[in-house]
Amino acid sequence: MKTRLLLTFLLLATPAFAVLPNEQLADPRLEARARAISAELRCVVCQNQTIDDSDAELAHDLRVLLRQRLKAGDTDQQAIAFIVNRYGDYVLLRPPFEPETLLLWLGPLLVLLAGGTGLVFYLRRRRDGAVPALTADEQARLDRLLKEDAA
Amino acid sequence: MKRLLFLLPVALFVALIGAFTLSLRHDPSHITSVLIDKPLPEFALPAVRNSQGLTSADFRGEPMLLNVFASWCVSCREEHGLLLDLKQKGVVIQGLDWKDEAADGARYLAENGDPYIKAGNDVSGRAGIDLGVAGVPETFVVDGKGRVRYKFIGPIDTEDWEHTLKPMLQRLRSGA
Repeated sequence: MKTRLLLTFLLLATPAFAVLPNEQLADPRLEARARAISAELRCVVCQNQTIDDSDAELAHDLRVLLRQRLKAGDTDQQAIAFIVNRYGDYVLLRPPFEPETLLLWLGPLLVLLAGGTGLVFYLRRRRDGAVPALTADEQARLDRLLKEDAA
Repeated sequence: MKRLLFLLPVALFVALIGAFTLSLRHDPSHITSVLIDKPLPEFALPAVRNSQGLTSADFRGEPMLLNVFASWCVSCREEHGLLLDLKQKGVVIQGLDWKDEAADGARYLAENGDPYIKAGNDVSGRAGIDLGVAGVPETFVVDGKGRVRYKFIGPIDTEDWEHTLKPMLQRLRSGA
């Protein structure tokens, strides 16, 4: 009985949202845009959270600001630029592709290439030199051994 | 040569360890300010205590510090004594009371001493957000032309002052 009750409560539980009802915009389309943008922005206080997730006060302020910008008619890009102009590219959870982030974006590819090249060389060497022909001496010794074995 | 090839993974491993060890010294809460070498964003804040408020136009003529503080900020108390010392030595420090009621900010200054020439109250936090403030305390070095030259994050201790902020102010003063 207790277990069943507990399970029922567990199933009824919904994830907690940091976005408070009084922050939300009346227009569901704008609100959806605001949610999508704030899920892409890092909270500078709790840095592994988005401002959409974070309970930090600054994250709240930024969510409200973001919604103000959208209400004032900003495009998504303009609203994001508004935050980036203050806190830098660092807040973008999807960093832009620029000279400074080349290694970040291309690093995995480089590692894959290096590993792949190594693998190709290894396999080729194994195929080419796998069974070197026996020298006459070795062949003679082998024959002798086999003969001994048979006897 | 080929024999040594087997050491390659070991070398890579050592390199990784090195990179990680170096990263340990990097504090992720220290975010470089996008304002470096740019003019202060404009703001005009009401006064914290009886004197005048603080505007971005106040940062003219000589290099100054802009110290972001709040009465609710615990680590601000750590650097407060040093700031008072610096005021004694003639360093110009302007205060920005971030996300705080002016009355609380005024009480904080009355109780702990007042290191600021002017102190502006930013109750909504908007001026702080325009400055890219992530938390308090933060201290900006602003040159005589009102441009941000450096941002220090966290409480300043004597060593930070002697090795970072003081030389920077001296350089700016002699350059201007």
